[in-house]
Amino acid sequence: MHKYVTKGGQMKRVTTVCALIGSLLSLIITGTTYAAEPYRIGAVFSVTGAASFLGEPEKNTALLIQDQINKAGGINGHPLEIIIEDSKSDETQAVLSARKLIDSDRVLAIVGPSTTGESMALVPIMNAAKTPLVSCAAGADITQPVKERYWIFKVAQYDTSAAEAIFTYMKKHGISKVGIISISTGFGDAGRRALIETAPQYGMAIVADEKYGPRDSDMTTQLAKIKAAGAQAVINWSVGPGQVIVTKNWYALKMGIPLFQSHGWGSKKNIELAGKASEGVIAPLDRLVVWEKIQASNPQYKLLKKFAQDYEARYKGEPGTFGGHSYDSIMMVADALKNAGGDKKKIRDYIETRIKKWPGTGGIFNMSPKDHCGLDKTAFEMVVVKNGDWEILK
Amino acid sequence: MQFLFSGLTVGAVYALVGIGFNIIYNATSVINLAQGEFVVIGGLMMWFFTESVKLPFFISIILTISTAGLVGLLMERLTIRPLKKTDLLLMIMITISVSIVLRGLLMFKFGKNSYSYDPFTEGEPISIYGAIIQQQTLWVIGVTALCMVLLFLFFNKTLTGKAMKACSVDSTAARLVGINVSRMVMLSFILSAMVGAIGGIAITPISLMAYDNGPMLAVKGFCAAIMGGLGRGRGAVIGGFLIGILESMTAGYLHSGLKDAVALIILLLVLFFRPSGIFGGSAAARLRKF
Repeated sequence: MHKYVTKGGQMKRVTTVCALIGSLLSLIITGTTYAAEPYRIGAVFSVTGAASFLGEPEKNTALLIQDQINKAGGINGHPLEIIIEDSKSDETQAVLSARKLIDSDRVLAIVGPSTTGESMALVPIMNAAKTPLVSCAAGADITQPVKERYWIFKVAQYDTSAAEAIFTYMKKHGISKVGIISISTGFGDAGRRALIETAPQYGMAIVADEKYGPRDSDMTTQLAKIKAAGAQAVINWSVGPGQVIVTKNWYALKMGIPLFQSHGWGSKKNIELAGKASEGVIAPLDRLVVWEKIQASNPQYKLLKKFAQDYEARYKGEPGTFGGHSYDSIMMVADALKNAGGDKKKIRDYIETRIKKWPGTGGIFNMSPKDHCGLDKTAFEMVVVKNGDWEILK
Repeated sequence: MQFLFSGLTVGAVYALVGIGFNIIYNATSVINLAQGEFVVIGGLMMWFFTESVKLPFFISIILTISTAGLVGLLMERLTIRPLKKTDLLLMIMITISVSIVLRGLLMFKFGKNSYSYDPFTEGEPISIYGAIIQQQTLWVIGVTALCMVLLFLFFNKTLTGKAMKACSVDSTAARLVGINVSRMVMLSFILSAMVGAIGGIAITPISLMAYDNGPMLAVKGFCAAIMGGLGRGRGAVIGGFLIGILESMTAGYLHSGLKDAVALIILLLVLFFRPSGIFGGSAAARLRKF
């Protein structure tokens, strides 16, 4: 019996020590507390699941920015708190996450989700809750029709802008017949539709329209068909290993016609994986990917350099286009909080009317009541792979 | 012609995975759904040894295959062996959970990126009758053939191989004639993990490898094994090539969006009309548990 009592006593002592340490810790933490309440914003990203290649850099970026802003004293003295929810690349989970963020965390705005499908699922919820959403996905339907998207914005360039950038370049170089090959996922389908929609405006004829699955290991069949159809160029629209395999197959077939990739091509990893096969591949990329190659006088240059270097230093990798989307969405909300204060309606109005000539990673944003994305084809540079590195085409 | 070569490339991959299914099935009547992960382990470990540790090619191959064998051994000892009841359904569920655990571990180690390394032989793709075939594809086909021959010899000419086969037909009877069933089961897991890894090593320069490639490979390899008749080594190989070529032809002559559907429809037809597979005898099929 005696033994147990002693043990109980020890237990108590341990608890007391714990409590002491705890209160000490909280003292340290409260030592740096700000006078004002924190500004809370939510983030819904596909950190795991099929779209984790988007969610991972987006989450990393959010954590990076949160630390940077708070280290610099927060927003007008308010610390910034970003509550990150993992949507598991699933629409239902995205809806549940958004509900939790709005109802129980009482966030002022939400950034994300990562994919178009998930963003569409959040549209009715955000409108009903009168809470601004700044999506990181590209689909045009996310912000159109604008009348029904009162609370919705997005920072990812339209797929049609990327398609227009490609077609503009092709037209200049006398290409008028193209074959397209796309991955059978949401990303590929959206790109395929954008290409087909915009082709007539540029006088382009689509002579072949091929597809492949996300785990396919050989696309020579599709490419051979495109060549047989008399295309003067191939456009591949995908992210992930598919774009590398298409590049390798294109090289192996010696097709004799140029290969264009979508804006998903913008990672040095792709050049590394495809090796010499990637030489000569052309893609519309945003300036974050090629920040080292743009002129220092470009209004985006300073922020791109800082963001890319900070990200690299902390995560040992490139933020890529998608990390950039997360940066733009959070900075836009932070900017609104700074100038309009912690009120949902004011944040929305600020983003809609005051984000003008606003340099982000994805381009120079010009929001308006008619356009809740504010980017066009000038957001892209046409970039070619040369000697294992990017080179901007004039 | 190009479509045929493209189909051969893809088919060789399916065939190698299919063989792996058959080895374990032959010894235990279990479908090991973690087979795809063995292939991924092969590809990723090979990358790790050659590109990250920078070991010579052959040493890397030996190390990679041994690693996979070890994983197969651990899998059998830790999950299949402790089972009191050899309930087939339960064992299959266990293989699913093992595949999820392995995928998690692989993601932890390698992240979500795709990996690749140089093909076995450098050089321009070979052109035959105007169609192009990559040198690595020839390697994959060669490796598949070699595996097939070695396994055929093993199962039909060696005592251990025959003993392994006996375990599949009737494990009680096998035990009665003095075969150490538990050891045979263990051996089959090691062997199939090694075959899977060999496949992974061979295909990674063509198709790249990421931690989550396993399930898709398992499904297609499973189709190959079923199509050729479960348990028949040659059947899986022919089934694999058949599916690969069918997919490629569909993509070429019909539409590329339809290729997976057509392959699966053919698989269903085979299951409806010849459940024992194209090359499986119906008498042997009746003796099987499923």
